[in-house]
Amino acid sequence: MSEPGGTTTLALGAAINAGLRQAMDDDPRVLVLGEDVGRLGGVFRVTDGLQKDFGGDRVVDTPLAESGIVGAAIGLAVRGYRPVCEIQFDGFVYPAFDQVVSQLAKLRTRSGGTLAMPVVIRIPYGGGIGAVEHHSESNESYFVHTAGLRVVACSSPADGYRMIQEAVRSDDPVVFYEPKRRYWEKGPVRLGPAADDLPLHRARVVRPGTDATVVAHGAMVRVALDAAEAARAEGRSLEVVDLRSLSPLDLPTLVDSARRTRRVVVVHEAPRTLGLGAEIAAELADACFYELEAPVQRVTGYDVPYPPSRVEEDFLPDLDRVLDAVDRTFGY
Amino acid sequence: MSQPLIDPPGQDDPGVQLLTPGGRRVADPGHPLDVDLPTVQGLLRDMTLLRRFDSEATALQRQGELGLWASCLGQEAAQVGAGRALAPADFAFTSYREHGVAWCRGIRPTQMLRFWRGSAHGGWDPRAAGMGNYTVIIGAQALHAVGYAMGIQRDGADAAAMAFFGDGATSQGDVAEAFTFAAVSSAPVVFFCQNNQWAISEPLSRQTRVPLWQRAHGFGFPGVRVDGNDVLAVLAVTRAALAQARAGGGPTLIEAFTYRMAAHTTSDDPSRYRDAAEVDQWRARDPLLRVERYLRAEGVGDAWFDDLGAEADDLAEGIRSGARALPDTDPLAVFDLVYAEPHPAMARQQAELAAHLASFTGPREPG
Ligand SMILES: Cc1ncc(C[n+]2csc(CCOP(=O)(O)OP(=O)(O)O)c2C)c(N)n1
Ligand SMILES: [Mg+2]
Repeated sequence: MSEPGGTTTLALGAAINAGLRQAMDDDPRVLVLGEDVGRLGGVFRVTDGLQKDFGGDRVVDTPLAESGIVGAAIGLAVRGYRPVCEIQFDGFVYPAFDQVVSQLAKLRTRSGGTLAMPVVIRIPYGGGIGAVEHHSESNESYFVHTAGLRVVACSSPADGYRMIQEAVRSDDPVVFYEPKRRYWEKGPVRLGPAADDLPLHRARVVRPGTDATVVAHGAMVRVALDAAEAARAEGRSLEVVDLRSLSPLDLPTLVDSARRTRRVVVVHEAPRTLGLGAEIAAELADACFYELEAPVQRVTGYDVPYPPSRVEEDFLPDLDRVLDAVDRTFGY
Repeated sequence: MSQPLIDPPGQDDPGVQLLTPGGRRVADPGHPLDVDLPTVQGLLRDMTLLRRFDSEATALQRQGELGLWASCLGQEAAQVGAGRALAPADFAFTSYREHGVAWCRGIRPTQMLRFWRGSAHGGWDPRAAGMGNYTVIIGAQALHAVGYAMGIQRDGADAAAMAFFGDGATSQGDVAEAFTFAAVSSAPVVFFCQNNQWAISEPLSRQTRVPLWQRAHGFGFPGVRVDGNDVLAVLAVTRAALAQARAGGGPTLIEAFTYRMAAHTTSDDPSRYRDAAEVDQWRARDPLLRVERYLRAEGVGDAWFDDLGAEADDLAEGIRSGARALPDTDPLAVFDLVYAEPHPAMARQQAELAAHLASFTGPREPG
């Protein structure tokens, strides 16, 4: 680690850990709740050391019950706390679904705007780690589809560090997706306050380009960047946009990129039907139909339960499928 | 304000016991058991083969042949005692750790390993085996067992359902709901909770302030704790509970008091959260050793144990070669498993994946 304000190199998991630590230092009302988050530091070690340093009242190993975790977080929020809930894996959020959708998302509205719900729900998500069933899902669309929730996904250590702090500061509930297969990938992180940083709900052009735009989030950002690199060898310049915020979508950034490159491919691991690709395609068709050279193409997971791990690579969007989709946008 | 962790009372009481850790047969008037020597030998055979299977699976995971393995080391008596109490017409709904129950249902180790290798989500036909899929979502299967039992009730059948889950699972809403459904309908279901003292890194004191078996009383049915490392006691208690359920006597909660001797799974590192001394204490209560002591005292000689060892070696060899030879799911077949009736999205996307896979000539780049 280096001085506050200095730049250091961290893996994504460690960067989120550092961001959580900073958020807890900044505000004594920030709590961490979850299964195995205390003594063990979480199964991915994202909360490593937090219980040791902040105590068992602020970092709570909860009973094994996700509805309990989120429901209790709601009560704590009514009482003025800012809970950060860890759901151990993507597929384990469903026992909490009612608390998230009917309570957490709606309490501001239902209380006539009087109740804030500053609750963060962290979800390690996505495939590619060779896991058994329920450990590799991309279920962001359920929450994007739910009014009252904000939904974000980080893709790099720098964003993980920064975005988790912003999510904790939000007075709205934030579902915070962490691409678990990137937890160990390292990158530069500037520690300490950074007023000039991109706001939480802005997308980032992570690679500028001129011929087509590839939109991705979470673990798929790396796949999009690899595709852009491969396309360069073939003489094509791809722009890569990291969504970062899934709800709200940063439409100005998306529309601007689409207008410049005139071709758009959306990549996500989540199933296709009613996924973010569908939403982005509809919005872009509305905003810049006549400037597009081709319909927005989607490269997504298939509409099947996540497959057994020994064949998962066949199902995850990969570089070839992204390049094929880019080719299709040139075929119109 | 920090509240200390408080163990529920009675942590030093192992519950109903018919065979002491030293291998001495003791009587419990409330829990009679009539077993002959060959039956006891059969139970030790099950547990020995199960333990060998378990250690082979752990080794296969280390060698990269399995994606993951959840060991049942130390819980052999609980699983075999309960598994052998089940009758063919009964049905077991389990978590991911009940390889011993699966063994007793006649499911082969290589069928179980399809799941852990990542070749398929399920390795057997649940109806044919009388046992549902491994259930990873904690506690969900408890409700399935109750619903199955409600079906038995309506059919007037002479059968019962059994739900297996862990101590951590007792915190899930689904398990509380299962208790309520079972109680109000007097369903023929037995809840078999293996209290192995840990839910990954969380000790029992994170889940309960009362002994788990006592929870049943609040729902209105009997609960009992049994020494989960005593296969005879588990067999006796489970047989009685199943008989009562089949006879219309309603549900029972059995808390099998045991210990998870291995890591939670092969991905886990228990040295981060528990003392080796605790594990050593439980080693002295090993479920296999006490049966071996008993059998030797009853005059079963080396030859029988040698034969059993040889049988375990054969099993291990079969598991090693069988696991490596397991076929993967055909990726295109994944689309055929989702719906009973044709679905246009499946057909379309299956064709799309087929074309994509056919486009590869060389090796694939990982995503
Ligand atoms: C709904 C849900 N939440 C969390 C998990 C992650 N998880 C898997 S096993 C486990 C602990 C289970 O403990 P217990 O019920 O005691 O069973 P044991 O593993 O000890 O056999 C947890 C938290 C899960 N599989 N499902
Ligand atoms: Mg347990």
